[in-house]
Amino acid sequence: MLKIKDLHAKVEDKEILKGINLELKAGEVHAIMGPNGSGKSTLASVIAGKEEFEITKGGVFFENEDLEDTAPEERAHKGIFLSFQYPVEIPGVSVTNFMKTAINESRKARGMEEMPANEMLKLIREKSEMLDIDRKFLSRSLNEGFSGGEKKRNEIFQMAMLEPKLAILDETDSGLDIDALRIVANGVNKLSSKDNAVLVITHYQRLLEYIVPDFVHVLHDGKIVKSGDKALALELEEKGYDWLKQESAV
Amino acid sequence: MAYTEEELKKELETKEYEYGFYTEIESETFPKGLNEEIVVAISKKKEEPDWMTEWRLESFRYWKQMVEPEWANVHYTKPDFQAISYYSAPNKKPKYNSLDEVDPELLSTFERLGISLDEQKKLAGVAMDIVMDSVSVATTFKKTLAEKGIIFCSISEAIKEHPELVKKYIGTVVPQKDNFYAALNSAVFSDGSFCYIPKGVHCPMELSTYFRINQAGTGQFERTLVIADEGSYVSYLEGCTAPSRDENQLHAAVVELIALDDAEIKYSTVQNWFPGDKSGKGGVYNFVTKRGICEKNAKISWTQVETGSAVTWKYPSCILKGDNSIGEFYSIAVTNNHQQADTGTKMIHLGKNTKSTIISKGISAGKSQNSYRGLVQVNSRAENARNFSQCDSLLMGNECGAHTFPYIEAKNKTAQIEHEATTSKIGEDQIFYCNQRGIDTEKAIALIVNGFSKEVLNKLPMEFAVEAQKLLEISLEGSVG
Repeated sequence: MLKIKDLHAKVEDKEILKGINLELKAGEVHAIMGPNGSGKSTLASVIAGKEEFEITKGGVFFENEDLEDTAPEERAHKGIFLSFQYPVEIPGVSVTNFMKTAINESRKARGMEEMPANEMLKLIREKSEMLDIDRKFLSRSLNEGFSGGEKKRNEIFQMAMLEPKLAILDETDSGLDIDALRIVANGVNKLSSKDNAVLVITHYQRLLEYIVPDFVHVLHDGKIVKSGDKALALELEEKGYDWLKQESAV
Repeated sequence: MAYTEEELKKELETKEYEYGFYTEIESETFPKGLNEEIVVAISKKKEEPDWMTEWRLESFRYWKQMVEPEWANVHYTKPDFQAISYYSAPNKKPKYNSLDEVDPELLSTFERLGISLDEQKKLAGVAMDIVMDSVSVATTFKKTLAEKGIIFCSISEAIKEHPELVKKYIGTVVPQKDNFYAALNSAVFSDGSFCYIPKGVHCPMELSTYFRINQAGTGQFERTLVIADEGSYVSYLEGCTAPSRDENQLHAAVVELIALDDAEIKYSTVQNWFPGDKSGKGGVYNFVTKRGICEKNAKISWTQVETGSAVTWKYPSCILKGDNSIGEFYSIAVTNNHQQADTGTKMIHLGKNTKSTIISKGISAGKSQNSYRGLVQVNSRAENARNFSQCDSLLMGNECGAHTFPYIEAKNKTAQIEHEATTSKIGEDQIFYCNQRGIDTEKAIALIVNGFSKEVLNKLPMEFAVEAQKLLEISLEGSVG
């Protein structure tokens, strides 16, 4: 589904990604771990198409198509979803209105009619119940005055609404207490199926207790220095990142 | 493709005036220039009684003594008042009983504007008095209104048919010599609307007027007078678009609202005069004086969406004379390219327990300058006066400006005055967030701007809210390549 080939990317004049290779197949859950500044969030932004990052070599392919000239909104229409590490506030735009616009824009791009109001309401009810979201929350301005946990839960709610093929969760666990973490993880698990793929980016192993990855990759200095299964995450938790840094420096 | 600040700015600049066309309708236009003869001729043309002619002449004499104000935060070439023609009226029959009689070209103009009269007529509850250039050419729903004793007609007609009301109230809220433009308007006003709601009557429909400037080189000087008698209620809508033109057009309107004891007037405006092209050439000068007076327990609510004009100078105000009276001002002002707006309100608290609310939303893009200027004045006898003001500015790009000039004068210790202000910027991060959810940049800007303006948009009557949202989008978006 997603193929990343020898990806090099820079922001301004600083090279951040230095040759990443990664493949995600439908039905798989991958985790990317790594210390701060290793390039985890940059990787997420590049896949989503944020333009301040320039690809200098290699590329990102989604369903065998090079995404280089694909606008971020078109990537979204194709089914790529990014749960942001720091979701932005949009004052005066309710969560419901935002979701309605997002869903209908995607439908329009696929040549479909707007979603009928009753269908939309049903979908909202279903997904908000699944994620234990208070209905009042949905009429609030998007992310405005939300707690860290509310913001993250709202990201997963949007993911549930949009039903993407590829979901990238960028540090979704940061700022979540244990109960919220469990709810969010449950939501992600319910949404993952043999037809979609999930890329979990995290600093800690904690989230991976709930969202169990098929593969774990360790990112250091813009490169994947080690890949393995979920046991690798536990090993990292125990030993920290330093041993890998030393290993990769050799 | 994501959008950088630079591209965002470019895109905003590419927006051309959608309504830039010109309708050829034969009109009768006076020679250029202004003197006492012209003032008398306007009055004659409109078959006005002598007292009105005298009133105009008196205004003209005041005007001659006055100088154009310079305190506003706007810069422009002052109009040559002798190079303007002060009267222009559609030539054909001025009044129509039905749409069939209206000049087909005029109707097609409205269609191109998306204001189909037919559609409007069908919209339940909307009566319209359409001002094309200066003379009213169509009035609908008049009969329904007449049954309630409501008078809704052109000001010219009111001067002839209801001289006692006009004579009693005209110039009482905005005196002839109030300011330079008001004096000019008082001397040469061509037409406008008049509305009277009798005691205790709740006007059953929104009264609506569409204004258009149409003839090259003619200024437009409307005069509007709305009187809500004791215990009555009226909601009045005013909206306008103007065709593209190279030379600057002057627009100096005066609106006076009178809310007698326990009456309520809601006055909503959507203003979309030609703003000039993206290099700052052309565009309408909009120098408007709008003011209302509230007697005991009365309420006046101004709502405006200002997206057009090259230069705007406009302060819809309330004189809260009666005890327990309420004044409200809700405003969205959008400036793009080289537009300049200096707009706000004055809330003059004279009576006891008077309350005022000011919500102002300024949106600046391009190289434009957007200023809020407001005065909250509490006089010594106004016990327990309360005011709440909120002024928010939204900036797009790095070349525009937002300014806030709040003036507060409180002469009574019991006054409670609150002022809040914020300035924010549409960020690349907000746009990218929307993009990532499948919303393109054009739609994202519309969403963000509508969210920012929501508190004010919510105050507009339904029919207008849709049009206003469309205007906000038109004013700020370009075609995304």
